Amino acid sequence: MIALIVRRLLVAILLLFVVSVVTFSIFFLIPRLAGASSEDLASRYVGRTAGEEQIQATAEKLGFTDPLVVQYGRFVKGLVAGTEYNYGPVTEHCPAPCFGYSFVNQTPVWPDLLDRLPVTVSLAAGAAVLWLIGGVATGVVSALKRGSVFDRTAMGIALTGVSLPIFFTGLVLLALFSYKLNITAPGGSYVPFEQNPADWAYSLILPWIALAFLYAAGYARLTRAGMLETMNEDYIRTARAKGLPERTVVLKHGLRSALTPILTIFGLDLGLLLGGAVLTESTFSLPGIGKYAVDAIVNNDLPKVMGVTLVAAFFIIFANLVVDVLYAVVDPRVRYE
Amino acid sequence: MRRRPVAGAVAIGATLTLALAACGGDDTTTGGASTNEPAYNAGVDKVFNPSETKGGTLRLANSGDWDSLDGADTYYAYSWNFFRLYGRALTTFAPAPGAGGTKVVPDLAEALGVPSDNAKTWTYKIRPGVKFEDGTPVTSKDVKYAVERTLDKDAFPNGPTYFNDFLDLQGYTSPYKDSDPDKLGLKAIETPDDQTVVFKLKAPFSGFDYFAQMPSTAPVPRAKDTGAKYKEHVISTGPYKFESNQLGKKFVLVRNENWDQATDPIRKPLPDRIEVSLNVNAEDIDNRLISGDLDVDVAGTGVQPATQGRLLGDPNMKKNADAADTVRLWFMSVNPDVAPLDNINCRKAILYGADHTGYQNAYGGPPGGEIATNLTPPLIPGSEKFDLYNFGSKPGGDVDSAKKALAECGQPNGFATSMSYRAERPKEKALAESMQQSLAKIGVKLTLKPYPQGDYFRLYAGKPDFAKKNGLGLMTHGWSADWPDGYGFLSQIVDSRVIRASGNTNLSVKVPEVDKLLDQALVTVDTAEREKIWPQIDRKVMEDASILPGVWATTLLYRAPTLRNAFVNDAYNMYDYLTLGVK
Repeated sequence: MIALIVRRLLVAILLLFVVSVVTFSIFFLIPRLAGASSEDLASRYVGRTAGEEQIQATAEKLGFTDPLVVQYGRFVKGLVAGTEYNYGPVTEHCPAPCFGYSFVNQTPVWPDLLDRLPVTVSLAAGAAVLWLIGGVATGVVSALKRGSVFDRTAMGIALTGVSLPIFFTGLVLLALFSYKLNITAPGGSYVPFEQNPADWAYSLILPWIALAFLYAAGYARLTRAGMLETMNEDYIRTARAKGLPERTVVLKHGLRSALTPILTIFGLDLGLLLGGAVLTESTFSLPGIGKYAVDAIVNNDLPKVMGVTLVAAFFIIFANLVVDVLYAVVDPRVRYE
Repeated sequence: MRRRPVAGAVAIGATLTLALAACGGDDTTTGGASTNEPAYNAGVDKVFNPSETKGGTLRLANSGDWDSLDGADTYYAYSWNFFRLYGRALTTFAPAPGAGGTKVVPDLAEALGVPSDNAKTWTYKIRPGVKFEDGTPVTSKDVKYAVERTLDKDAFPNGPTYFNDFLDLQGYTSPYKDSDPDKLGLKAIETPDDQTVVFKLKAPFSGFDYFAQMPSTAPVPRAKDTGAKYKEHVISTGPYKFESNQLGKKFVLVRNENWDQATDPIRKPLPDRIEVSLNVNAEDIDNRLISGDLDVDVAGTGVQPATQGRLLGDPNMKKNADAADTVRLWFMSVNPDVAPLDNINCRKAILYGADHTGYQNAYGGPPGGEIATNLTPPLIPGSEKFDLYNFGSKPGGDVDSAKKALAECGQPNGFATSMSYRAERPKEKALAESMQQSLAKIGVKLTLKPYPQGDYFRLYAGKPDFAKKNGLGLMTHGWSADWPDGYGFLSQIVDSRVIRASGNTNLSVKVPEVDKLLDQALVTVDTAEREKIWPQIDRKVMEDASILPGVWATTLLYRAPTLRNAFVNDAYNMYDYLTLGVK
């Protein structure tokens, strides 16, 4: 197991390097291949009345006049050793890992990411708890009561959840519960956990529900399918014949066997969400990494894009590693050499 | 709203300035018509719910990020409007409804600027007793330093460049590279004493009071200046100061205890607290305004299209709406560099054939604005309406006249060309499709070409070589003046001498007579005479058919019932943030 973890960590580092090179190429190399000059790139980051001299100075300041390898090297150096940034009358040291400074508003990227990460983690974790509990429980009951009114209703609701886009669900929930009934927090009212845990939870109720509604459907259907398969196995009949309580048969023997694919999906989903629940954060005006990514892309703010991409990639890789380790815990048949 | 002054600009309005100085005075309270009854346009040309009751929290939200809270690096109308709450520039626009708001009045200065040396030198006296939020007295050196730092386009790339272009810099670039121990080495600004600031220009310019109202002239204490980081905590000279500032998320203003009402005849700050949330979903802003959870959409560009339908369709909601006229024109440039539009009659055919009802519908129908028959918006002093191409009488297009013009330009069966628009803008896409259909009736085949809006003027439509190479005969455009003035509106879109290699705002007008009229306006000191020149310029451009005007934009604002002293100020085309109070 230890060897597995070490091997996967080394692969993770390699993967992150590849992701950084690919992302850098997409945003820095491809425009050059399309014929953009250093000044063309720099012109995005100056005011509209900027003259040629200012554009040239900006191109030099942002490093666009250097070879791409040098620009990438500068980025990596910042990551591992930090860098300096000149604000005019003051120069600031950006310690490692330094993801650079925003081309648009000259703020350091890493502190921004750290500041926004708890919002995204809060959103993803809370919604994950809801959709896991709700989705799996619904799937189990639906499987046990196959063909019943509950089964049909639950699957119908699940289908609705996965079909409706989050920006629709979110805005409807806000309009009804926040602005009409005044029982939930309005959009853009996120409160950090350390500031007030109760307000933190209150501000996230609707985003959690909206996001969980979207994901629970898949988990319900997956659990139902897995349960239907495992509950027909011989060992389940044996367990019942031995006189085990039905709850033990269902949860310890039936559900446990059906959990493996759910774990896989959960790892992928959580990893992706931790990289930024873009639509949910935009709909509910949550200042998380997803919203940060959208703004960065819209504004061509390349250091921010690089930072978000690497953080998102890290979470996906990490989540998959955790899932692989949990396989061995959940399913005794799985053993890693 | 960008402006590049012509080299050697002379006088823009000495008489206007003198007239303002004569009647400026210190009485700049709102006054005028008012109403307490919610009704459609109750905040247009009058004050809705006048009040002097202090207290409460004013809640604003922005669907995007603030460009910069630093006066040196901001270039949006809403930001200049809001800045006055925490910063005092030398002059400002009067907080008054309608046209009253376009009057420039003294703010930090005791009076409007005093010109000398044929308007090449401008002198201001700072009011005594004005202090920074920490109690330090404001001096003329703080104003000089503030203007000096705006020259550094490395640290402040986004702000306007008027001072870079007009001051006699003599090579000065930045206080951050200044060898003077006090960092006040710019000779173009003199501070003979603590109350006096003297600006020396390269050439006469009698509209300098308009420059002086920019946030760039609000004083900055050198000891607290952190360059590009200063926006994190701007030191206040206004009635409010920053309690907190979470960049990209939210900032809060509270009362500045070192602001003295005795030094400030303009402001009557009512709320105790001002909260501004950033990056809030645009649809959510509208919903929160309507539900009473929010007081103002600070961007001031109007409600979202879905909300517009609700507002105008429901009489109960419509009474909380204000349709604010603006100094913005939506138009298309007709490119004479692309054949056969190098022939004036082919260009005229386009103007005759265009469907203006479709144009207006693309921008939201009548609530989105009035069909423009010529260039200059009615809010600009001196503007006149005229209609050379029957936009008003035949809004669907004058097909007969168009076909006649096509015959005259040797294209009786029409021709093909391309039309550019900004890909992220649904209204421009709708316009492009409307033009494609309407011009097809006269045989003009349009190929539609969307381009990213962030690079539209730098790399595509605003780059003459690219436009010519890619056959962009028609280019979707929109323009708003930096301030409500004829020169400020027209010069950047009709002066051929501002055309450069890229980043242009004049995409199509190259008429020598227009350039001469612009120069004539700059040296015409009499306001009434100068204002007669704008319609002449307008007519010349329309006769040249190098611009197809579309819509004089209107902004539909939602006036929250919680507001007090709400009125649209024509200088900013949105609610005046200086006077707002809350229930």
